[in-house]
Amino acid sequence: MDTARLLPLVVAVPLLGAAVLVATGRRLPRLVSDIVGCAFAAVTAATALLVLFRAGRPGPGAYPVEWVSGWRRVGIVLVGDPLGAGLAALVSLLVVAVLVYSWRYFEEPPRRHTGSFPALILVFQAGMCGFALTGDLFNAFVFFELMGVVAYALTGFRVEEPKPLQGALAFGVVNSLGGYATLLGITLLYARTGELGFAQIGRRLDTEGPDGLVLAAFVLVTTGLLVKAAAVPFHFWLPDAHAVAPTPVCMLLSGVMVELGVYGVARVYWTVFSGPGGLSHPDFTRALLVLGVLTALLGAAMCWQQRHLKRLLAFSTVAHTGLFLIGVAVLTPEGISGTALYVLGHAGVKAALFACVGVLLDRYATVDEHELFGRARELPEAGALFAVGGLALSGLPPFGSGLGKAVAEEAAGHTAAWLPALYVLVSAVTGGAVLRAGLRIFAGAGRRPRDGEEDEPETTGEEEPETGGRLRRIPVPLLAVPAALLAASLAIGVIPAVGSAVGRAGALFTDTGGYRRTVLDGHAAAAPAHPPPHWQLTGILLGLLSAALAVTLATLAVRRPARTGTAALLAPVRRLQSGHIGDYVAWLVAGTALLTVLTVPGVR
Amino acid sequence: MTVLPYLVAGWIFLIGVYGLVTSRDLIHAVGCLAVTQSSTYVLLLAVGYRDGGTAPVFADAPTDSRVVDPVVQALALTDIVVGATVTALLLALVVQLRKRHGTVDPDALSELKG
Repeated sequence: MDTARLLPLVVAVPLLGAAVLVATGRRLPRLVSDIVGCAFAAVTAATALLVLFRAGRPGPGAYPVEWVSGWRRVGIVLVGDPLGAGLAALVSLLVVAVLVYSWRYFEEPPRRHTGSFPALILVFQAGMCGFALTGDLFNAFVFFELMGVVAYALTGFRVEEPKPLQGALAFGVVNSLGGYATLLGITLLYARTGELGFAQIGRRLDTEGPDGLVLAAFVLVTTGLLVKAAAVPFHFWLPDAHAVAPTPVCMLLSGVMVELGVYGVARVYWTVFSGPGGLSHPDFTRALLVLGVLTALLGAAMCWQQRHLKRLLAFSTVAHTGLFLIGVAVLTPEGISGTALYVLGHAGVKAALFACVGVLLDRYATVDEHELFGRARELPEAGALFAVGGLALSGLPPFGSGLGKAVAEEAAGHTAAWLPALYVLVSAVTGGAVLRAGLRIFAGAGRRPRDGEEDEPETTGEEEPETGGRLRRIPVPLLAVPAALLAASLAIGVIPAVGSAVGRAGALFTDTGGYRRTVLDGHAAAAPAHPPPHWQLTGILLGLLSAALAVTLATLAVRRPARTGTAALLAPVRRLQSGHIGDYVAWLVAGTALLTVLTVPGVR
Repeated sequence: MTVLPYLVAGWIFLIGVYGLVTSRDLIHAVGCLAVTQSSTYVLLLAVGYRDGGTAPVFADAPTDSRVVDPVVQALALTDIVVGATVTALLLALVVQLRKRHGTVDPDALSELKG
């Protein structure tokens, strides 16, 4: 079968699965609906992997492009370039892992709605795969909103509790507003070019010089994507949503959905705005670098301050998103492939860490670092997984996250010599925060931490368990899934074929002319020759350094749990995270203004 | 074709955002979000407008008659569907929040901080 013909299946199969589950879910027993959900997700994953395998064959050759039902002017175009297909495969594999993990979750789902959770997850998968594969700006907006709406519903899935509802509302309002900003930008681009496809708009824009309208379109389109990517100051919704969403949903939100925002920024810039009619490379680099550095630093600082484990992991996602944005900002194939490897490794590690937190939540009905002090000594397996996850998060070789960090920081070092230090610092602090929590919870190390003063802004971690009752014995999937995810993350760093495939994907991704020729003219895009990303001595040493720093930070924090000056220093920053929707919207507007200021010199 | 529709679209977006920022009631906030979205309808239709153009339906008009751009109308239709979904879901969340929390005032929701 023609590879291009497989592309629509990656989006259609999960949608079909969701429809089947919604239609028959109320008659099926729980076990059957879970198996049906897993089967549809697995078929999608197999299809995406097949596309990826065929599109990723080394040597010259076009990647598949499918114009659904043959409408070439305005229609639905799906492009299976290796990076997009790779993300679709990552999404699908993670969805399978999540569905297996949630085998025993929600022990008593609402009556007559047995299939609703797997059905929602399948729609979420379809939205994310579609967003990764689409070659059209308006379709990208539709898939963006589809995954958004499903994600709000999944975040507020436990409608019996007030906290998830509050988190889902903030998530929904801020993300939808960002989506509408994107649509305004898309409309401006259509007004200028009369086209909606990435390749068509880009080609038409390049016939004229840039002006204020193109700049406004860039700022508006990017705003929505940066909201999804949770870049500072668009990030406020993320910790609130992640802290309250069911654990399996957190695995997907942190593991892939946020990263898809970064992917969107990179895809739109390279295919639409990177030519002479768009935004100049130095302007884009400056704007995204400033946002990325702010995001990385703020995320790391806030991550260190948290005691609510899911919030801690959520802020670590913010910090890593900042690093991904920096990798995209440097505008080199190495930066893209390094970031892609980092995203792959990070997805496995972060999902595994969330899975471990889910185990704690269901056994102790809390995810508070202070309350759990020493209580999880009876769970050595979960503790070991959590510790390995913390080390991998800090970039320890030979994990995939370590390889991605090494390649990305080297690429970033060519742009500014101090950027590798930022990579080391941020991954050390986030990894250190995870290790600190792990040492306290699973080993009971150090002194019992004191609670802070009353007036400080703080979210503590008392939550309702997500299973029917508290778990006595930990079911196998709850530990097997994080173990498999960590193993996958390790494999990404160890198997050289992954590195060379990602290197080729990065080279094809940044070849704007090749993309436009492949999509519009059907010419074969030859992959530009490129040394594949691999382990280098500097990268290994810097990875070991950040892992060592993470361990040191964690040990110091456990030894001296007394509140230090940093907490007082960061209190004003923490107060900004107010949980108030109006504040978050105001920050979104401020962020759009900041983005405009950063890109304005681009107008000639 | 004047610049007025574009200014109107920008104004609607900003007034909706202003409403969201200062909202004291979540139902009102969801309404404001719908207002910001209606700016996209105005902008889309303004972009597709042609002077002297008629509706792009050729059943009762000659095939060479001047019509407005049908593409943006299809986009606006899709946009409306998206908007209806978002509004319905968010309103359902607000209703549920009122049941569990007893309030729809965003200032009174203070469980997630720092």
